[in-house]
Order: sequence, then structure tokens, then C-alpha cells
Amino acid sequence: MGRNPVTWLGSPTFPDAARDALGDTQLRGNLRKATTTIRGKRESAVAELGDWEELRRAGESVKDDVLANLDTYLERLEAAVTDRGGVVHWARDAEEANRIVLDLVQAEDTDEVVKVKSMATAEIGLNEALADGGVNAIETDLAEVIVQLGDDRPSHILVPAIHRNRAEIKEIFAQMPEPPTSDDPHALAEAARKYLRRKFLSAKVAISGANFGVADTGSIVVVESEGNGRMCLTLPETLITVMGVEKVLPRWQDLEVFLQLLPRSSTAERMNPYTSTWSGVTPGDGPQKFHLVLLDNGRTSTLADEVGRQALRCIRCSACLNVCPVYERTGGQAYGSVYPGPIGAILAPQLAGDLHDEQAASLPYASSLCGACYEVCPVRINIPEVLTHLRAEVVEAKGKRTPEAMAMSAAAWVFGDRRRYEAAQKAGSLTRFLARDGTLSSLPWPGSKWTDTRDAPVVPKESFRAWWRRNRG
Amino acid sequence: MSGPRVALFPTCLTDTVYPETAKAVVRLLERLGCDVDFPLDQTCCGQMHFNTGYAEHARPMARAYADVFDSYDHVVAPSGSCAGMVRENHPNLCAASPAATRTYELSEFLVDVLGVVDVGAHFPHRVTYHPTCHSLRMLGVGDKPLRLLRAVSGLELVALPQAEQCCGFGGTFALKNAETSTAMLADKMRCVQDTGAQVVTAGDNSCLMQIGGGLSRMRAGVRTVHLAEILASTQEEPWVATP
Repeated sequence: MGRNPVTWLGSPTFPDAARDALGDTQLRGNLRKATTTIRGKRESAVAELGDWEELRRAGESVKDDVLANLDTYLERLEAAVTDRGGVVHWARDAEEANRIVLDLVQAEDTDEVVKVKSMATAEIGLNEALADGGVNAIETDLAEVIVQLGDDRPSHILVPAIHRNRAEIKEIFAQMPEPPTSDDPHALAEAARKYLRRKFLSAKVAISGANFGVADTGSIVVVESEGNGRMCLTLPETLITVMGVEKVLPRWQDLEVFLQLLPRSSTAERMNPYTSTWSGVTPGDGPQKFHLVLLDNGRTSTLADEVGRQALRCIRCSACLNVCPVYERTGGQAYGSVYPGPIGAILAPQLAGDLHDEQAASLPYASSLCGACYEVCPVRINIPEVLTHLRAEVVEAKGKRTPEAMAMSAAAWVFGDRRRYEAAQKAGSLTRFLARDGTLSSLPWPGSKWTDTRDAPVVPKESFRAWWRRNRG
Repeated sequence: MSGPRVALFPTCLTDTVYPETAKAVVRLLERLGCDVDFPLDQTCCGQMHFNTGYAEHARPMARAYADVFDSYDHVVAPSGSCAGMVRENHPNLCAASPAATRTYELSEFLVDVLGVVDVGAHFPHRVTYHPTCHSLRMLGVGDKPLRLLRAVSGLELVALPQAEQCCGFGGTFALKNAETSTAMLADKMRCVQDTGAQVVTAGDNSCLMQIGGGLSRMRAGVRTVHLAEILASTQEEPWVATP
């Protein structure tokens, strides 16, 4: 079994990557503008519904039922898809899924496929695997086109090119056969349209992800904004869908809940512009061959963790990214994974499954635990709870010999007894002699991590408890 | 007849670094008729350990907290994050204790338990209020601190832009991700300065340590003062800046 590509090979740890991103003022400007706008819009879209909290609870409980009975629903989905003329494949990991898809594409005797925007295929590194097999995968979502042609990595789940502005996009599009005439959004979209139309009309095979898969009916659902997904899902002869196993829903009517939660949380729309659903194959209409690849890739091991499993409720709306004060400043690439932001900080390390890896282990710490993510999550994933839970797992993986673990043990020993604590208070108050003019502006490491940018408080000679004892004791 | 028997849990940070805040809570609660005690056996709620991934170290601290505070009617902490740690996480670390459910952040205790909004305070300064994340999202204190501040005579309250954005403290986050923490702080300070306030207040000394540390470094001339100190200040006994 190969390395799980959910985190990018060779990525620096979060603090190191963040340091570089913070220095990029263009990036910070782009991100601040984009996240502030979408934040405000989401708030108004959600405020329109009087039963938003009930909807969130409904979404949470449907997903929890799915996770508790995953085996049952998946087998039901497989039977329904097969009944309707589709073929179902099971993939244990990225390598297996990529192999299945490559074989299916090669069986159609083609070396180019069109793709619907999909997180699952990005997670398994499908485009790279197809390229190794001599197949060119063409992204068709406008933002994915920008990322792909820019030989770049995505920085947001929903808006993967959020870090780019239009001048940068014009430069990237210059390599198209008919490049844009200006950086006006209409000109950029027109250039992309001309480039993509040709691809849609010539492709024999399309590859998609799935937002939902309905067990009872075998229906797959993809929601999108541009209609480019609809082109891929209807024009080519063969359609291959890669779906994470947790995306299954029990009943058709469950969509009522999620088709309200998802667009309002992600694009702040009441309804997304394009909702495509299909059940197996319909003779004479749309793709005549349909393959569904059900992907595990770390999901069942995530499911085994009682606290961490709630991350599998995620419907990839990215509301948590848009409200996150850390994401807003560092951008998505700093997380070193296809899943950035707060959800990425809990999902990527769990899917990767190796907390001994320095990069993955740094992700649960990429948060001030402010809780803004939990507040907006449409399926009520308690992200701060999972973050602290994963931090405990990181600490366990690193062992007791790290300087931090030893400092924490010492602190716990001090707090374990009042006399030791009072002695430490007295010792701490000696730092007041380091102060100049009532200001403590330089401490030795690790205190320097504080005083590099902030003054430290001057610890007074008398603690509160000493005062209390003197006056009230 | 004496009022409710209240134990003060100033938190280890305030006990050690910001004793004036704890004295202010005592003064304020006694003025409102409470019988205040400070059990000397208390130390720390274990939040730093728990939030950094050392839950096993936090467990005995949670147990000790229950032992110290279980016999009181109420426990009051001038900190949203420590009160949140106790109420939300202590029951998962050790058996549910009366102390955990009876622990209140100061503004909650004043408004919900004592039922007062006007505490008779006087504070003639231009003030802006930063709602700290854990008081806002973990405890849900809502506008209670603002209602208390609006009732303070002489106080001019100015709204803080993007108030609900984190100041970047986040406990050990401020050290582990110091650069990101500082970038968040820079935006918070800009918002504070845009208000033209002389004082920025909050219900948590940890967040005020971050904001104040930044303001002091840039010689911004804006002071951080804990909510308790504003509410304790009166015409007769006005708040005095500590050196």
C-alpha cells in the first residue's frame, strides 16, 4: 500500500508554511476580500430560514445514522445501482481507486477524460495517476481550470483558486488556444468557455465525484454552479463516479435536508444553479456506461474513532474555511492538503492515519480554538472538540520525552499542590526585575515567541492570594 | 441575613499576574451583597493542558477543582474560557460534580443569578468591548457584558468593528503558531484603534494579555482593563491604573 496522497508529499509543517503565506500581502488581500464577502452572504442566506437550527440537527442525525449503519446502506446502494444498469467497484485506498479508474478509462480506448470538480478524486491524486498511465484529465470547473493550467495547488474546497486575482488568471489563461483579450471577468469566462466546449464535445469518458448517493434508489447527486459539470455528466458515453463511502444517504427524501443546508452554507444561495441526479443508465439518454467507485481511503479507520468520526459528516460546504480567522490569514495551501481550513485540520490527519508524520501532526494545532467553525457547520461537527482530541493523539504519538511534554508534566506537578504553586508564583514574580519602565519586552526562549511581537505582562510582587491572606486570612 | 455564598475562582493567570481583577471581583460582589470566599487550595482548571493535548494531566486538576468548590452555592470566574473549560470539559474528565455546573463567568453570574444589570458603577472613559471567543461561543454570554457596560455611569461605549473575530491568543497557539497569532492580533488592534477608545475591555485576562501586549509594543496609548475592574469602579472608589 502506498502513501495516502490526502496530504501533499514534502509539505512543510503548518507553522512553517503559514510563515511564508503571511508574508504574501497579495494573497492576504485576496483572501480577506473573498472570505469577508462570502461570510456576510452566508449569514443573510441562513437568517432567511426560521428552522435553520432544526435543519442542522436533522443533517447531523441523518449523517450519524449513516455512519452507524454504513455497511447496510452501502450494500443497498450497490444493489440499487446494479439493478439500474450501473457497475459498482470497491476501493480500499487511493492506489486501488486510481488503478480501477485507469483500467476503466483505458478500456474505452481514449487518452483524454473530462472531469467534474471533485474532492474525492483530488484526495486520491487521480489526475497524477491518470497522467502516469498516459491519460490526460481535463478539469472543467472554472476555478479548477485556473489551478490546473497554473500548475498550482488548490487553496479552498469550493473556490480552489480563491488565492488568485483576475490579473493572475489572465496570465495563466494566456496558454489557451484562444487566450482572453483582457482581465475583465467576462473575457476570462469567454476564453474558458471556448477552451472547454471543445473538450466537452470530444470526450468519450467523464469522471466525477458525488455529493450524495441515495441508497434506496441508487441515485447519485452532483451539485454545482456553472453547468460545466452537467456537460460532463450528460455528453460522454461513459461516466465514472468516485464517491467517498460516507456520502451515502438512506432515502431520497433525505435530500430535502441537505439541498437546503449545502447551498446556503457554501455559496450562500437558496438553491444551487445545477443539481444533476442519475440512477444507473437510461437507454438513449446520457452516458450508456456508468461505473461507481466506492472509496474508503482512511474513512473506516476514522469511523472507528468515537470522537473523530464526526468529521465524516462533512458535506464539503467550506463554511468553516470562510469564517476561520487562521484560514483567512494563511490561505489553504499552508495546510498542505486537499482539505484545508478547520475541516482539513481534523479530516486530513485522520484520513492520512499517521500522526507520527510532522506535517499531519501540526494540523490539529492550526487553530486558536475560537469555535467559529462549529457555529456555522451545517452538520454540527464540533471541530474544536475533535481538534483537542487529535492533539491528545499527537501528544501520545510523540511520547513523553519532548521538551514540551516535559514542561507540561512539570506544570502539572506545580498545579498539583498549592504550596508548589505558590512557590512558582513567587519565582514568576521575579521576572518583574527584567522589566524596563514597567514594560517587559524581551524574554529568553521560549518566552521570546511571545515577546518577539508582544510585550509581556509584568508579574506583580504580590499575588491575589497573598493579598487575600494578608487582608482576609 | 447574608447573601449567596460565592466562591471566587480568579483563575491561575489572574491570581498571579492580574491580582487587581480578582480584588475588583471581590469588591463588586460584596457591594452586591454576596458572601465571597476564596478557597486557598485552588490552583488551575487545567485548560492549557487540555487544549494542548495533555488531557491526562488535566484530569487530576479537574478532580481537585471539584474537591475545592463542591460545597459552595456558586463559583464565579472572571474568565469565559476557564469557566467554559470547567463547565464543558470537566464533566468529561472526571465524574460530573456540582462545582462544574455551578461555575459562572462573571457577567452570567451578575445578570442570570443576581439579576442585576446596573451594578452602580462609574467609569468616565471611552470604552470598546471585545467579546472573547469562549465566552461568546462556548458559554453563550451573548450581550450580557454589553448590557452591564451600558448601565455604567459616565462610560461611553463604542462598538468594535469585527468584534467577534478572535484576537489570536488561543493559549499555546500564541507560541506554537506565533506568526499567525500575531497577524490576527494586528487586525484586532487596528479595529480597536479605529474606535478611538481609550480603553478596551473584555471578560478574559488571557485575551487582554494578548491585545494589551500588542498595544503596549506599538505604544498605541490604549489601555486594556478587565470588565470586572470597570464594574467595580465607583464615584467614591474609582478605578486606578496599575503601574
